[in-house]
Amino acid sequence: MQRQVALIKQSLFDQGYLDEQFMELEELQDDANPNFVEEVAALYFKDSARLINNIDQALERGSFDFNRLDSYMHQFKGSSTSIGASKVKTECTMFREYCRAGNAEGCLRTFQQLKKEHATLRKKLEHYFQAS
Amino acid sequence: MAEVMLPEKLEISNDTSSLASPELLHVLAVDDSIVDRKFIERLLRVSSCKVTVVDSATRALQYLGLDGENNTVGFEDLKINLIMTDYSMPGMTGYELLKKIKESSAFREIPVVIMSSENILPRIDRCLEEGAEDFLLKPVKLADVKRLRDSLMKAEEKAFNNIIMHKRELEVNDVYSQLKRAKI
Repeated sequence: MQRQVALIKQSLFDQGYLDEQFMELEELQDDANPNFVEEVAALYFKDSARLINNIDQALERGSFDFNRLDSYMHQFKGSSTSIGASKVKTECTMFREYCRAGNAEGCLRTFQQLKKEHATLRKKLEHYFQAS
Repeated sequence: MAEVMLPEKLEISNDTSSLASPELLHVLAVDDSIVDRKFIERLLRVSSCKVTVVDSATRALQYLGLDGENNTVGFEDLKINLIMTDYSMPGMTGYELLKKIKESSAFREIPVVIMSSENILPRIDRCLEEGAEDFLLKPVKLADVKRLRDSLMKAEEKAFNNIIMHKRELEVNDVYSQLKRAKI
């Protein structure tokens, strides 16, 4: 069982879903706080769902308030960085660049990709936490 | 025998409980991100610090009693050894919070550390110029927190020792003066 957990984790790193920051979080776990990483992940997914919703609504309205979008994405990138969500972080960075360039099409495309990565990570982490 | 008046009246308290005990630094952490709040709180607890976390600069000022309202907590009782604040926050930024703290006579001596996900040199300069103790790039590392804690504890110990030494110096001076007068 332990070996399976280790394999799942290794593949998450190898495939670039997670980076060293995730390991830093695991270092902070101890016997008194054995679920710290899972708790952080839960907060992250709750918070990022809110941000995704806000961005979705903003994009649906059609008027591209790039400043506002960039501000949401700054938050999203921040929390993604803190949890070590590498691929999601990359998409956030790209989105922000499109915002700065005023490229609506780029924003829309990147956001779809971001949502995909986010959903994938969520599933994979659920699996990982279940196994641990 | 004439009363000896010291040039200035110094009150050295025998009561050292007003100094933070060397084991437990109290840190006030400010961040609008719920994920980062959880993270910094854990970093600080793992580093054996007492932590108070708030979600905005406004709340930080409220906690410190600097918001102009009447607070039940008198700041004589409130001992904060360090303030760690995110830079980018809605409403009041960490930079603005830093300025308010440095303007306050009660809290200007408290070291303020700014945290930011963005490595912007003019921003870093501005914060340091305004009196920030340090500027940390997010994600903050446990090593950063431990380094801060260690240097703060050294400073507290030094301040503590200085007070003790000064008290002794005064006592010695006092005895010396009395002896001198007795000889005359």
